Amino acid sequence: MTTETNAVDRRPAVSGPSTGGAARGRKSRKGAEGGVLNVFSHGMLIVWALMVGLPLLWVLWSSFKSSGDILTTPWSLPDSLHFENWANAWNKANIGKFFLNTIIVVGGSVIGTMVLGSMAGYVLARFTFPGNRFIYYLFVAGMSFPVFMLVIPLFFVMRDFPGIPLLATYQGLIMVYIAYSLPFTVFFMTSFFRTLPTSVAEAAMIDGASHLRTFFQVMLPMAKPGLISIGIFNFLGQWNQYLLPMVLNQNEDKYVLTQGLANIALQQGYEGDWGGLMAGMMIAMLPVLIVYFIFQRQVQAGLTAGAIK
Amino acid sequence: MQHGKYRFIAGFLALPLVIYAVFVISPFVQAFQISTTEWSGLRGAAKSIGLDNYDKLLHSDEFWNALKHNVIMLVLVPIATLALGLFFAFMLNVGGRSRRGAVITGVRGAGFYKFVYFFPQVISITIISVIWFNIYNPDPHDGMLNSLLGAVGLDSLQSSWLGEKDIALACIMVVMVWANVGFYVVLFSAAMASIPRDIYEASLLDGANRLHTFFRITLPLLWDTVQTGWVYMGIIAMDAFALVQIMSVNMGGPDGATDVVPLRLYQTAFRDSQFGYAAAMGVAMLVVTLLFAVLTMRFARRERIEF
Repeated sequence: MTTETNAVDRRPAVSGPSTGGAARGRKSRKGAEGGVLNVFSHGMLIVWALMVGLPLLWVLWSSFKSSGDILTTPWSLPDSLHFENWANAWNKANIGKFFLNTIIVVGGSVIGTMVLGSMAGYVLARFTFPGNRFIYYLFVAGMSFPVFMLVIPLFFVMRDFPGIPLLATYQGLIMVYIAYSLPFTVFFMTSFFRTLPTSVAEAAMIDGASHLRTFFQVMLPMAKPGLISIGIFNFLGQWNQYLLPMVLNQNEDKYVLTQGLANIALQQGYEGDWGGLMAGMMIAMLPVLIVYFIFQRQVQAGLTAGAIK
Repeated sequence: MQHGKYRFIAGFLALPLVIYAVFVISPFVQAFQISTTEWSGLRGAAKSIGLDNYDKLLHSDEFWNALKHNVIMLVLVPIATLALGLFFAFMLNVGGRSRRGAVITGVRGAGFYKFVYFFPQVISITIISVIWFNIYNPDPHDGMLNSLLGAVGLDSLQSSWLGEKDIALACIMVVMVWANVGFYVVLFSAAMASIPRDIYEASLLDGANRLHTFFRITLPLLWDTVQTGWVYMGIIAMDAFALVQIMSVNMGGPDGATDVVPLRLYQTAFRDSQFGYAAAMGVAMLVVTLLFAVLTMRFARRERIEF
């Protein structure tokens, strides 16, 4: 009998999240080993949660403090709510302008990436034609190119592009973001379209729908879960993109948020308008936070999707 | 019908392929070509000098210094990140007290922990850099970390962090680990959840404890995921650009102690206008990255376990 209780006590879990209600009435069965381990493991988990959570919360509460207070008493809570930090950041530090730039660029590039990526993925997944494999691997190979290696030639491709100015323009940045998001998007959407049943599309074709119509009205709606995952992935990646705009977008009027913030931070060192910078960082994080709060599961699944093959 | 099919295929592939070819493939090819020239960026002024740039690279102390730091990161950051990720994921999934009749004994609030841990993944590296710049503020009273150490009586541990030559690089690595552990907690949790429970039950009947189950069951079954994670983390460790650029003293300092290849490349190209030389650094980065991936895949290879 004792052995059996012991075995039950030590039984490990397989999945985490669903812990809620069953937690009651376990005290009586808790073994000594389980108890110690539990205190230890919980302790470690809490310590790490504080290490990650506190610095992030710190940005939030610091955005309401005066710059002097942020520097001299970094851990104190705001004495009064300095809302002017947010206004200063938005207007004086140009965060408002950078925000708008970011919305335009990321808006255009996420939509573009999704449309072009799912078109290519669909064709590569569902049609056999000469060169199919070659094109697929050409896209997939892009995932392993270091961006730093590409960024120098890319700068000149953009500078010397015939006809349209691309350096430090919305259209240039949008196209580059799309191009650099395509490898993973195509890879992901190809495997996603492969998992969808063929019968529905065939039925649509028999009913006389064209390839185009089948794609937009039958296949895309069916691919919605995949589109959401990869859409979030691209949104976050492009919103937070730093290197590409750094090199290709060197005009302060066209700065995106990451550049603008880095610029402010690099210029001021341990002095300057820290309150404004903290508020600016909050503004820059806000859309991402909203997405993360609402789509927590999809975000986690989407971002880790690349590592599960 | 056939005709329509090919027209459709061409129509759907044309635009993605063109954009991809112009902005990714062509720069990739050009990188090799530019790396064999001496070029200040002026149109048509590139002078072909063969492999001289690579020769210069091999004899540049600055480059080796930067590469050394990347290699240190390549080794230490994945180890620390993956170990912590595995540890926390295991704790979240298995660390809970057992309860009546339930096999599932994850820690309470596992979802909340994952939510917090994953947070740094969704915010920009710029913001992470600014936050840690403040944490590492060297002032013994004003610095976040220093004042915290002072408050608990550990004044002796106070330091100027990024200003201290010996630990500046470690400070940067800590941030990388901090930012990425959550990714692996989520990744490994998902992988652990897919391990069938009968395997655990069987091992428990045979008298295994948690430590055993971790090393004998969880880890071997997760090996594939760990391996991919390792490559991912290595690629992140090859970067470190934004962190070093924003946080470090004098970009890569003090005295080159935090310099990394991407920063060298960026400054060689866009500050010093030596584009040929910088392109050679880019090619070197590709070589190191591929070497790392191949070595990882080779040494980490195990027989795949189907379950």
